[in-house]
Amino acid sequence: MPRYCAIAGGERFAFDSLARLLAAATPERSGDQLAGIAAQSATERVAARRALADLPLAEFLTEAVVPYEADEVTRLILDSHDRAAFAPFAAMTVGDFRDWLLSPAAHAKRLAAAAPGLTPEMVAAVSKIMRNQDLIRVARKVEVVTAFRNTIGKAGTLSTRLQPNHPADDVCGIAVSTLDGLLFGAGDAVIGINPASDNLANCAGLLAALDEMVTALAIPTQTCVLTHVTNALRLIEGGAPVDLIFQSVAGTEAANEGFGVSLSILAEAHAAGRSLGRGTVGDNLMYFETGQGAALSAEAHHGVDQQTLEARAYGVARAFRPLLVNTVVGFIGPEYLFDGKQIIRAGLEDHFCGKLLGLPMGVDVCYTNHVEADQDDMDVLMTLLTRAGVTFLITVPGADDVMLGYQSLAFEDIGYLREVTGLRPAPEFEMWLARTGLAQGAAALPDPEALGRRMGIVA
Amino acid sequence: MSGAVSAGFDRLRTLTPARVRLDAGAGPVPLGALLDFHEAHAAARDAIRARPDWDALAAALAPLATIRVQSRAVERSVYLRRPDLGRRLAEPVDLPHTGCPLVVVVGDGLSAPALAHAAPVIAALRAALPELDATPVILAEGARVALGDDIAERMGAAMCLMLIGERPGLSVSDSLGAYLTADPVPGTRDSARNCVSNIHRTGGLSPEAAAARIAWLIGAARRLGRTGVALKDESGTAPALGQA
Repeated sequence: MPRYCAIAGGERFAFDSLARLLAAATPERSGDQLAGIAAQSATERVAARRALADLPLAEFLTEAVVPYEADEVTRLILDSHDRAAFAPFAAMTVGDFRDWLLSPAAHAKRLAAAAPGLTPEMVAAVSKIMRNQDLIRVARKVEVVTAFRNTIGKAGTLSTRLQPNHPADDVCGIAVSTLDGLLFGAGDAVIGINPASDNLANCAGLLAALDEMVTALAIPTQTCVLTHVTNALRLIEGGAPVDLIFQSVAGTEAANEGFGVSLSILAEAHAAGRSLGRGTVGDNLMYFETGQGAALSAEAHHGVDQQTLEARAYGVARAFRPLLVNTVVGFIGPEYLFDGKQIIRAGLEDHFCGKLLGLPMGVDVCYTNHVEADQDDMDVLMTLLTRAGVTFLITVPGADDVMLGYQSLAFEDIGYLREVTGLRPAPEFEMWLARTGLAQGAAALPDPEALGRRMGIVA
Repeated sequence: MSGAVSAGFDRLRTLTPARVRLDAGAGPVPLGALLDFHEAHAAARDAIRARPDWDALAAALAPLATIRVQSRAVERSVYLRRPDLGRRLAEPVDLPHTGCPLVVVVGDGLSAPALAHAAPVIAALRAALPELDATPVILAEGARVALGDDIAERMGAAMCLMLIGERPGLSVSDSLGAYLTADPVPGTRDSARNCVSNIHRTGGLSPEAAAARIAWLIGAARRLGRTGVALKDESGTAPALGQA
């Protein structure tokens, strides 16, 4: 006897597990179709949403989509669930919860108090019955503030990761891209390099160069070389100046195994990072990246839709009080998110779910060349996300990442967003821009070349 | 900005292939740069949609024999959505069971223009590995890397070398990748392969240099008895690692 059923278009549809119901209720996307778990018709999708709307939220505390015994992420989610914080929602259905979220009763303070009582599956479920405007409307009410060398996420701010990647990890080339970003006022979330080589000596050299730059210019920001967490541990042992510890994470234990990580390794790295005490205004120092499709890609999805698994990755992230989390929403390819429409929807879902769970949620607004998307789609998504209160966005010179071979946002895009929204950088960073003469762009900077010289890069 | 400062920054631009502007008078992207960007994106998109000229490739490989096969995802729209179908051969297929030590497969992947570099790689490999002359080169349309596993198993090959068009970026749209797999069978994990990527003539690895590295890997794989994470490329510089 199927557990969940509803009628749509005069037909009765049944779903024999919570995972199947969630998958069928999800907006259309190629990854769930590839996994063979998407709704078979548009009408079935509506029926699933009806059944989901009537589902008690408490069901998610007794019915795990990935078995408790088999998965440490499920155990983390259920064992750390805060029943007191959940109490106001204990009698609600998913539909009731949607209505509450959209009501004035759900203001910043109550949303923050609710976060420990919400599981990733609950927030994924409610997102599936919400329109894009609903996802924006609710997410913008949530305020998540984190801090390391500056304060990220305050109302009225929009931060940026400056991503100065170079195909050969050339330090001078990286410095030139960093200078370019600083001239545009980017880099308050982090100056973060994806290294072309994970070689430890190479990563240590990049960390030292970034640290020298930030120290010489007294920039109130943090740096990161995005290498595997076990490499970060080795780098810390070797005395490298590690500000943030990076790791890609996913929503199941098996998918995390595919990334070569476990909750215990993450805890070890978190402790090692904290032991360095490099933060000045706060001690949030973990930086996580996630993306819908990671678990399916690792053949570790347990028949669960990719958006629900993405929310479970946020369940992993929040256990480590991160400074920054971002979804790499358009990076993973058309077999998971086929086109601009699917990327835009997923970007808004990811941001909404992360924020509701209490994370400092950013987005890499991006696409690869084999996806049906272009810079116009990115314009739409970045504009919507800033309305939704996104914590930070990733920026690269000219929107072209010459190391990873994909397109993200350009430094100029942040200029556009600041102009149309009035959002400002992190306060400490904004003061530094003003002191340095960059507050109104380089027009106000008396001697831009001197800045380059101080970074050691004038030819 | 003064002319002197601009000249200084012009020199800085040569230090990176990134689209740095270094002119934060900070207005919108200049129209010329915008159109350059569109041109690069168009080249990448066209490379993904282009169909390979298999006849030309077969002629370039002569006197080596070639056999053409297709995956179950030849149509581009299917190929992009269904990587699983790109890993399986379309039936019927008639491949000789040769029990050869190594089969070379050339697959279109995501870039047909990249296949221009396949013949020079194979020519350079033949010099190092004379046994290649006895086995036909398989030309595979709609190919994912793992299609080579299906091909090699049917041929009874001990090892498979897949040369395949890589996903085009904005700066290079004809980059070829090479994947070496020992004991290939369908279901082989990617961690059991070795990869030599970025083979092209615009600042990448030349076909000749790539062939030298591939030949080294083949020799090392034969000594070690396997490919993948256990086999470290010590032939030269480390291969690039992307974002997880």
